[in-house]
Amino acid sequence: MLTAIIDYESGNLHSAHKAFERMAREVGAGDVVVTGDADVLASADRVVLPGDGAFPACMAALKGHSGLYAAMVEAVEVKGRPFLGICVGMQLIASRGHEYTLTDGLGWIAGDVTRIVPSDPALKVPHMGWNDLVIDVPHPVFDGIKTGDHTYFVHSYHMEVATPGERLAHVEYATDVTAVIGRDNMIGMQFHPEKSQTTGLRMIANFLRWTP
Amino acid sequence: MLKTRIIPCLDVADGRVVKGVNFVGLRDAGDPVDAAIAYDAAGADELCFLDIHATHENRGTMFDLVRRTAEHCYIPLTVGGGVRTAVDVRALLLAGADKVSFNSAAVADPDVVAAAADQFGSQCIVAAIDAKTVAPGRWEIFTHGGRKPTGMDAVEFAITMMEKGAGEILLTSMDRDGTKQGFNLPLTRAISDAVSMPVIASGGVGTLDHLVAGVKKGGASAVLAASIFHFGEFTIQQAKQHMADAGIPMRLA
Repeated sequence: MLTAIIDYESGNLHSAHKAFERMAREVGAGDVVVTGDADVLASADRVVLPGDGAFPACMAALKGHSGLYAAMVEAVEVKGRPFLGICVGMQLIASRGHEYTLTDGLGWIAGDVTRIVPSDPALKVPHMGWNDLVIDVPHPVFDGIKTGDHTYFVHSYHMEVATPGERLAHVEYATDVTAVIGRDNMIGMQFHPEKSQTTGLRMIANFLRWTP
Repeated sequence: MLKTRIIPCLDVADGRVVKGVNFVGLRDAGDPVDAAIAYDAAGADELCFLDIHATHENRGTMFDLVRRTAEHCYIPLTVGGGVRTAVDVRALLLAGADKVSFNSAAVADPDVVAAAADQFGSQCIVAAIDAKTVAPGRWEIFTHGGRKPTGMDAVEFAITMMEKGAGEILLTSMDRDGTKQGFNLPLTRAISDAVSMPVIASGGVGTLDHLVAGVKKGGASAVLAASIFHFGEFTIQQAKQHMADAGIPMRLA
């Protein structure tokens, strides 16, 4: 069993690597590698797409590694491997991103990534810190997780999901902010599970055990 | 609902916590990694390492600390002190920091913040501002640990940092730092009102009521403290409960 965390030079991969390694050990999910190698990715049983930064830059960086990009699309769309996108890595699977300029996403889950505009102007953007999840749709990734559990967010844009059943959880920040999305073999988390202590580690373990 | 964060800050010099940390359950009071693990277990919302006399020679020590901390702690870690360029930011992020804070280098050239934010995203760039009261309602930026006046207005500089793409401001009142008299509330309020991003209040915490005031009167999104936690005067949970009792949304264990 191999879980590949895709390295396309975006984001803090060290934290994610350590958290996934630890939970893979605990649940017996095999090895975890951080890789920019298309062949390694092609051999992986699970795929994790992290990402920090602006949507257009991340999308360009991902597509810039053309072999890697193709291997990811094949793993998820053709082979049906379990996929987890984190933060901007989640946003990239939307139809479109509206950060700076309109950018096409992977379109795996229909929706638009738009700036958070809190109805209360006193609320700050980025939405930064711990917020409590409201679970909208039950999913194996929430095993042992309940509404009210906290995860760590840091983002200024979020995904407006087009199909209601594909938004699995949200948090409240004067408006509803999408926290978890999912369809078939794909999951996305807007928060950083690798920085969300026991709740986040539990969700990583759940992903590593998940057989969609 | 988003919760207010409590951030214990560890001053580090040559790989050791300066002044030490003294609370139950710590194996080695001088090892920042041990302290970080203890704070993670105690329910801290984030951690901050400040390299207080960062020099080129001891950068390796800091990277090693950050790497070891990231292996054991699953909460966000901000690292500051001696950060000059986007190259420094990348090295710290690769070591396992989640956010990196600029201080003097951003005052000397605000564009270093823009370069780093463009490359790594605003979410991981913190602008640390050290300000001193120079007249009622007027605060000036000081660098080099508060020794060097710059003539720059703190509120204007905070706005510049926002425009350059910093994601958060770590605001330290040089008047209050170490005094245990509480945050400089007018300063905190002035900066918090001037910028749209989160402000971390720092400098002067002596009581739990000071934490409450920093949020309620100062408008801070997070509160940073060192000595009240390091020397066991209060636990993180006592602080959180006290703030929650005052009506502030907190992440309780």
